[in-house]
Amino acid sequence: MHTKTIHEIRELINKGEVSCVELTKNALDRINKIDDKIGAFLQIDEEGAINKAKEVDEKIRRGEEVSFLAGIPMAIKDNICVEGLKTTCASKMLENFVAPYDAHVTKLLKQNDAVILGKLNMDEFAMGSSSENSAFKKVRNPYDLERVPGGSSGGSAAAVAAGEAYYTLGSDTGGSIRQPASLCGVVGLKPTYGRVSRYGLVAFASSLDQIGPFTKDVEDCAHVLKAIAGYDEMDSTSAKKEVEDYTKYLNKDIKGLRIGIPKEYFAEGLNDDVRKEIENAIEVLRKLGAEIKEISLPMSKYALAVYYILASSEASSNLARFDGIRYGYRAKEFEDVVDLYVKSRSQGFGDEVKRRIMLGTYALSAGYYDAYYKKALKVRTLIINEYKKAFEDVDVILTPTSPTVAFKIGEKSNNPLEMYLSDIYTVPINIAGVPAISIPAGFVGGLPVGMQLIGNYFDEGTLIKVGHAFERETEFSKVRPSI
Amino acid sequence: MSVTIRDVEYVAKLARLEFTEEQKQKFTEDLNGILNYVEMLKEVDTENVEISIGAYRVENALREDVVKPSFDREALLKNAPDAQEGFVKVPKVIE
Amino acid sequence: MEFEAIIGLEVHAELSTKTKIYCGCTTEFGGEQNTHCCPVCMGLPGALPVLNKEVVTYAMKAGLALNCEINKETYMARKNYFYPDCPKNYQITQDETPLCTNGYIEITTDEGVKRIGIQRIHIEEDAGKALHREDGTYVDFNRSGVPLIEIVSKPDMRTPQEAKMYLENLKAILQYTEVSDCKMEEGSLRCDANVSVRPKGSTEFGVKTEIKNMNSFKAVEKAIEYEIKRQIEAIKRGEKIVQETRRWDEAKGETVVMRSKEEAHDYRYFPEPDMVYLVVDDAWIENVKNTLPELPDKKRARYISEYGLPEYDASILTSSKALAVYFEDVVKEGASPKDASNWIMGEVLRTLNDREMSIEDIKVQPKHLAKLIELINNGTITGTIAKKVFKDMFESGDDPEKIVKEKGMVQISDENAIRDIVNKVLDENPQSVADYKAGKTKAMGFIVGQVMKASKGKANPQLVNKLVEEELQKR
Repeated sequence: MHTKTIHEIRELINKGEVSCVELTKNALDRINKIDDKIGAFLQIDEEGAINKAKEVDEKIRRGEEVSFLAGIPMAIKDNICVEGLKTTCASKMLENFVAPYDAHVTKLLKQNDAVILGKLNMDEFAMGSSSENSAFKKVRNPYDLERVPGGSSGGSAAAVAAGEAYYTLGSDTGGSIRQPASLCGVVGLKPTYGRVSRYGLVAFASSLDQIGPFTKDVEDCAHVLKAIAGYDEMDSTSAKKEVEDYTKYLNKDIKGLRIGIPKEYFAEGLNDDVRKEIENAIEVLRKLGAEIKEISLPMSKYALAVYYILASSEASSNLARFDGIRYGYRAKEFEDVVDLYVKSRSQGFGDEVKRRIMLGTYALSAGYYDAYYKKALKVRTLIINEYKKAFEDVDVILTPTSPTVAFKIGEKSNNPLEMYLSDIYTVPINIAGVPAISIPAGFVGGLPVGMQLIGNYFDEGTLIKVGHAFERETEFSKVRPSI
Repeated sequence: MSVTIRDVEYVAKLARLEFTEEQKQKFTEDLNGILNYVEMLKEVDTENVEISIGAYRVENALREDVVKPSFDREALLKNAPDAQEGFVKVPKVIE
Repeated sequence: MEFEAIIGLEVHAELSTKTKIYCGCTTEFGGEQNTHCCPVCMGLPGALPVLNKEVVTYAMKAGLALNCEINKETYMARKNYFYPDCPKNYQITQDETPLCTNGYIEITTDEGVKRIGIQRIHIEEDAGKALHREDGTYVDFNRSGVPLIEIVSKPDMRTPQEAKMYLENLKAILQYTEVSDCKMEEGSLRCDANVSVRPKGSTEFGVKTEIKNMNSFKAVEKAIEYEIKRQIEAIKRGEKIVQETRRWDEAKGETVVMRSKEEAHDYRYFPEPDMVYLVVDDAWIENVKNTLPELPDKKRARYISEYGLPEYDASILTSSKALAVYFEDVVKEGASPKDASNWIMGEVLRTLNDREMSIEDIKVQPKHLAKLIELINNGTITGTIAKKVFKDMFESGDDPEKIVKEKGMVQISDENAIRDIVNKVLDENPQSVADYKAGKTKAMGFIVGQVMKASKGKANPQLVNKLVEEELQKR
């Protein structure tokens, strides 16, 4: 059962072959059986999940019409608030923080009768590319338990890959959905900035963060995106644009569709085996009638530098509220209120979080603002313009999601810059704010390779269209790890 | 621009963080590594380029001046390490 | 060497909107601690700010009333600092792009009208309230997120009196436009001062200090006065003025160091990434312009030209919106502007002052004051009686006609009745009559007084004068 997609399960429910309670118990059993090895879950709400499943079964029994996602067990990254459940951000700082309200996406999921199994592990405060920065436990890649699942939404990716949940939500600031999706062989979508409300997502970098789904295939992705997208009056940056029915982009042909291949994304630093897989994927799309065009995005090389300035600076401010006063970890001993701040924060945050706070505070401090932050905001403009221009000539841009397959746990944890470089292909997309999806597109040594499709602003539809065409033509999305 | 231990100490104070000498050394190296990398932005000509304060331009996300019910105090304060008589309590602040 | 002071003021005024600046919680003053709060104004993880449209309108209103330019495209910024009453540990304010810039206020000094420049007005949120008790600091976030405008003057003031006048005019304008109720006691108007001194004639600025914690206009005046003196004396002693923040100690009557430049904050301002551009178009600005009421300067000029009031009276009457409205209502109810002004400047303000009350608290309705004036003018009551009636009205809020009737205070204009009283008084005071006959005209005044007293103030004074004289001639 756990290897099935949402659309397959929906059919079984509709036919009456499985109840939501059975499905939920099944998922909980699966978690109990394998999560010791995977480490995807930080919290499991067995009672809440079963109760919801019962409620949905009852609705179905009464013949009520239910949503496509009704009764399907799912889980949520632990930086998204679910009222009454802990939202820890995988940090000692919020170890005991119980969210007093629902995030906007949580509300939407509840309206869709989603069965929420629990909260998912991640890099602390979404800072990291390997999920090794969780304060509680590491997440392991279901394809190879000695390897990382990617990050920061490692728990969200691993849970879907390992069949612990049918879909999950993650957040993506510089690649935190797409990179782990790539490394775990699942589909992960970062919507256009503003497409999904950030209300209730614990902010890492406000101008870059976006919530998105992890699913086993593109078809499921279209359904989940449809459910969570939309304007929210509580988020000033949320777009007042009507939500499309993304499922209408399924089963379409892509003849004549223009796909841009930016040469900068295939240069030095890209693993040769990964390159071959992506080149094969390009050939598949060409055969389907797409027009493949080489393009150039020269500003991309500056994106990571811009990212580390902007993301760290915003984070240094966003994380200031964690001070041990209104909520969160408070040091046991302190001399005065300043000491309370210093001790609580120094004990409550992990090293990577501190590193980013330090970098961001430095970049914003007196005398450096113009050289770093303002400069980065200007280069951001140039990157945005470059993407806008590129989409005058192509419909979609195709790149590898990550330069390598999943690396070994501990392999990069001592060199922050090297770790940061694993986001090199995903970061520019957040800087520009455009949508992008990672789709399973091959294997290297038994480890998944993802290809990234980048779309124009609010054109998630075309990503679904191309992704689904690719998926119908290949078998990569049907592969499951042997765990 | 090279970050010194003294800079790290100043920034730590601003960020309300404290470090051991060893950590300070490590952070100094880390920050220098990252900032060296970031130096590449200098080669980009940004003369006459406007800043972008978001991923794309949005204007006027405004709310009408209509009162909404406030939150239950209990719920707001339930995570507070020290809440007393409906207040949030901290060590005495003198300024 | 002679010195002159350079003074600039930073005023924070709470806006009179119904809800907070970034969330829908009420701005109502008071309320049990932490009950006007939500995840947004408590800075809970994941909560996001959304700008209250009315805040922009109010701030523009203030800007237009203060002769500012409105900046059509602005954005919010974060000001980062740790303090227990600041829930996010940053304040959402405006930095590089204030909503309004480059305005002025006019004050009237001995040398004539002087313009005090306004550098900028920006919108921002208030912090919570920290109550310091023996065993710790208790924080109430009800005020957190209440909208403020910060009005920064140019360093154009030279004396503490000018600073006070600037504040009084500013307050009047904010009240006239109903942008803020400006209640200093509730903290809805707060003021910091930047003060420096320099040798007279010099064009360079001296090192300035910032003074905080002044809780009244009087305190602002006193604090600046003290600070100027302190700086001049220090310079005369050969000391250097250091840039620092000082606190006004009301009890001791002096300013004391709060923090030095070295401890100064590094606020790390940057554009607020949770919010978007604020763009105001001409239509919006025009709309706000159309809602502007007549402002104090214009009103004062009109009172002088149209009503013929003396400059001083016109200034007092327009010094607060409530007072001007009261005055105009009395006139609307039929009193002549001169009479209305005399009564308000006299009895009304005197009584309010004695009771430490303000015009907003008065029970006497404008139509009743107008009626009282009419009762005097048509001879129903005397001026003396009117003062008594007013006292009664002030306490009870009753109609003067009713008071006059019930208490039998109607003026006696019956000649025979008054003549009887006069003769009775003359009979009882033979010495005064003798004095008068001996040429001591002062005695007449005494007799008139006695007659008024005997009539309980009700006798028509002109008649009394006439009849006393007549009866004295007869003796």
